[in-house]
Amino acid sequence: MSSVAFIRMPVNAVHWFRKGLRLHDNPSLLEAIRNAHTLRCVYFLDPWFAGASSLGVNRWRFLLQSLEDLDSSLRKLNSRLFVIRGQPADIFPRLFKEWEVTRLTFEFDSEPFGKERDAAIRKLASEAGVEVIMKVSHTLYDLDSIVELNGGAAPLTYKRFQTLVSSMDPPEPPLDPPDSVMMGNCVTPISENHRERFGVPLLEELGFDTEGLAAAVWPGGESEALKRLERQLGPDSTAAWQENFERVKLSPSPLMASPLGLSPYLRFGCLSCRLFYCKLTQLYKKVKKNTSPSISLYDKLLWREFFYTASMNNPRFDRMEGNPICIRIPWDRNPEALAKWAEGRTGFPWIDAIMTQLREEGWIHHLARHAVACFLTRGDLWISWEEGMKVFEELLLDSDWSVNAGSWLCLSCSSFFQQFFHCYCPVGFGRRIDPNGDFIRRYLPVLRDFPAKFIYDPWNAPGDVQKAAKCVIGVDYPKPMVNHAEASRLNIERMRQIYQQLSRYRGLSLLATVPSNHPEDVNVNDSRGSTVHRKTSHSEFINPDIHFLGDLTVTEPHFYFCPTGVRKEQSGVSGVRPRSAKHRHSPGHRTSPYTTQSDQPDQNHQFAIPQQPGSLLFLQDV
Amino acid sequence: MKRRFSRQREDSSSSCEGLTDAFKRVKPTSDDAGEPQSNWARVPQEILLHIFQYLPLLDRAFASQVCRGWNQAFHMPELWRCFEFELNQPATSYLKATHPDLIKQIIKRHSNHLQYVSFKVDSSTESAEAACDILSQLVNCSLKTLGLISTARPSFMELPKSHFISALTVVFVNSKSLSSLKIDDTPVDDPSLKVLVANNSDTLKLLKMSSCPHVSPAGILCVADQCHGLRELALNYHLLSDELLLALSSEKHVHLEHLRIDVVSENPGQQFHTIKKSSWDAMVRHSPKFNLVMYFFLYEEEFGPFFRDEIPVTHLYFGRSVSKEVLGRVGMNCPRLVELVVCANGLRPLDEELIRIAERCQQLSAIGLGECEVSCSAFVEFVKMCGRRLSQLSIMEEVLIPDHKYSLDEIHWEVSKHLGRVWFPDMMPTW
Repeated sequence: MSSVAFIRMPVNAVHWFRKGLRLHDNPSLLEAIRNAHTLRCVYFLDPWFAGASSLGVNRWRFLLQSLEDLDSSLRKLNSRLFVIRGQPADIFPRLFKEWEVTRLTFEFDSEPFGKERDAAIRKLASEAGVEVIMKVSHTLYDLDSIVELNGGAAPLTYKRFQTLVSSMDPPEPPLDPPDSVMMGNCVTPISENHRERFGVPLLEELGFDTEGLAAAVWPGGESEALKRLERQLGPDSTAAWQENFERVKLSPSPLMASPLGLSPYLRFGCLSCRLFYCKLTQLYKKVKKNTSPSISLYDKLLWREFFYTASMNNPRFDRMEGNPICIRIPWDRNPEALAKWAEGRTGFPWIDAIMTQLREEGWIHHLARHAVACFLTRGDLWISWEEGMKVFEELLLDSDWSVNAGSWLCLSCSSFFQQFFHCYCPVGFGRRIDPNGDFIRRYLPVLRDFPAKFIYDPWNAPGDVQKAAKCVIGVDYPKPMVNHAEASRLNIERMRQIYQQLSRYRGLSLLATVPSNHPEDVNVNDSRGSTVHRKTSHSEFINPDIHFLGDLTVTEPHFYFCPTGVRKEQSGVSGVRPRSAKHRHSPGHRTSPYTTQSDQPDQNHQFAIPQQPGSLLFLQDV
Repeated sequence: MKRRFSRQREDSSSSCEGLTDAFKRVKPTSDDAGEPQSNWARVPQEILLHIFQYLPLLDRAFASQVCRGWNQAFHMPELWRCFEFELNQPATSYLKATHPDLIKQIIKRHSNHLQYVSFKVDSSTESAEAACDILSQLVNCSLKTLGLISTARPSFMELPKSHFISALTVVFVNSKSLSSLKIDDTPVDDPSLKVLVANNSDTLKLLKMSSCPHVSPAGILCVADQCHGLRELALNYHLLSDELLLALSSEKHVHLEHLRIDVVSENPGQQFHTIKKSSWDAMVRHSPKFNLVMYFFLYEEEFGPFFRDEIPVTHLYFGRSVSKEVLGRVGMNCPRLVELVVCANGLRPLDEELIRIAERCQQLSAIGLGECEVSCSAFVEFVKMCGRRLSQLSIMEEVLIPDHKYSLDEIHWEVSKHLGRVWFPDMMPTW
């Protein structure tokens, strides 16, 4: 892609930082430097966006710290970071002229919004005669090649994704950061008023009130990221080993922010995922003495990669409506309940402590994410995952558009074939991890003096215990906002019905209603009364009485959705296009778990009647 | 795919375009390219009906505007037997509601055609009220199935009981041939069940009424006594009695197919009654193939009365933490168990309990384990004992404890080997 050196024409390069806020393993930055006469590294900050945006102060602080760090690293190369106030599309044409830019480089962004933005900038660049170079470095792999390997559709299960990835070459090794040798004669023209024009702003300048703001638990920046990584590989690798490879121990410590944690750094690209991958491999080999690691070693990184792949060509990945991989669930719209959850006032100490930690520090453990996400959606409150996702977007340092939406799709069982039978109990789950309730005591000081026996369900404590703990439930701390037993009874039944309708499974089994996690085995046990759409006899639908013999759902004779997107889903679920008998799936209810009524936004729900199943046959035959 | 896009772009023409093609298929080939327009009106009604049955309502509505004949076809009773009313308010739901004009039209022109009706109602009281309004207008129809479904919080419960009951009894009185009724989470009461029985006792086959707090054991007993065709029943444990089981297993009664019991505790420490083994035995003698589905949402200490004696449960779901001891009793006393789902248990691994279940529950073909720690070797042993009859096997990866015999990587191979198919533990994002 990169062009040969220009000897006569001066090469004035601009590297555009978005994510990838680092110098190490930054291939597009290296492309900018190569044979360039001038280099300017820019970052666009929309100051009007700051106050109004959904990003919380922790995320803005992390970003500004990362930019500061970038600037100071660039200074060591006699360069600077140019923080530009405004929108790239408005400002680039002017910059191209003013700086006589001939080359623009940036990291490939796989997300639909980013791709759209980049396409517009490429167009502007080509109009201005600027060469554009783009490199993949935010993900381990070139995501397009994963999709291609999967027959053109993004894999819909993590297992499938793992299988695909393990058949590919390992990710490319990380690249070194640029040094003065690489820079050679390349210079950065810096004006005297650089600080005023292009300096990194302070939080106050962006309109944040920083009074009383506690020190960052997660300081932003590449230097901090590399320090953390070093610590993981330091002389004592036990901690790192536990952090990365071992099951979560029954102790509250993993719930707390760890000085080894890396996820926010990966999100902002302060740390290269390929560097992390490479170090993990080294660590594994060091501890396990030269055995090669299995693919599951990289689970953390691969989940992230999985979500990037799934969202790549799906601009509606973060919604229910119109999202072909999202199950439509009739969530309750309930702003008061949502606010209680988001602000940590549910009356369940375990949930409230996690939400407080999230708001104060910007990070929570993945099991804690499972707990609060399950509670908000399918577990207790039956509120849309989209609402939860928005709250995470504001508060969670490591929440990327794809990863955040993907996790919520997963945790609410709206996609990716999750088993929905298992709801995290807002009392029992935390108690298993942290029986003494230290985590709760730390984040909810009001409950500090409760005995461990009642700290997860303080409303069950007798009055004198509450008084002794100086916290009366209903006065000093809220009563639980739902009866968990009753809520789970209702919700598990709803999920069962939704999945049953989607899967067209007729039996009593709860487990069988979920399409398989494992597309490879679906044809093994598809005899369970499931029917392939094409084979479905018409009479089954025309005569609803037939359903009588099935299940306790006879009152819904016509509830069988007709996913018009069935073909698409088939290729998605079964993965690779049929290659051999082994890969041929005719998996009945397992192939079309999603209704895609939502694919037709205009007629969608206008008359709110489920489509006649036959229409699918009809459409397919046409 | 192509077809789908065309629908997205031009909704209104899509149904006709589809019909054109379909028409070509059903019509004997002739040189009709010249004047397709004139032939359309001549499609016989029965063929139109057949086609319309495969079209979504909206497409049918568009097609009905093409010509008089199609408009008549649109109103054919056969197309209006099933209807699902979706009642949602913008303030409480993300989904659109059935259009009020359509509701009016159905009540005016098609209520006598309705046979299979359901109401999906969001969490607002208005929606539940709207459902009752429609119900009370269904005076000249004979429904076979009726479902009242709360899609979010149970909103029927918020209605004045009398209001709900009077609407529901309109259907009970007028229908006379109801065969299935789904009224979970509603304020239905004993007197209204009596009305149901008085008018529909010969036809009622299914009754689903979990969490109906105004019904008493005597109320449901009256249904079981009179409705001898009842084959499927769902209710809460507090309505279950020895008398009910005996009534359902009386000679006059058909074989029961499914019995679903929800066991929910309202307050910690609640006491639950017991059911005699002899009553269950009578049930099994009468309906040897019946499925007993039990969903438990209890605190651990409330399991005292359960699984002390043999119970013919087939599908068992534990929605909250359940102790090793209770699972041990399940292994001893549930010989008919087909599916077991355990969301959570205490802190100690479930090893011996699983092995016992594999040993004693010879029908077991599906198991799902949430937060239940199991050692890898016990899990493999369990799978080996059950073998290929385990058609559903679901466990979270994070609860499998690696031991000296198997690591997490090996377990997938071992288990796959014994199941005869590729198997993996369930995975949740670790991000």
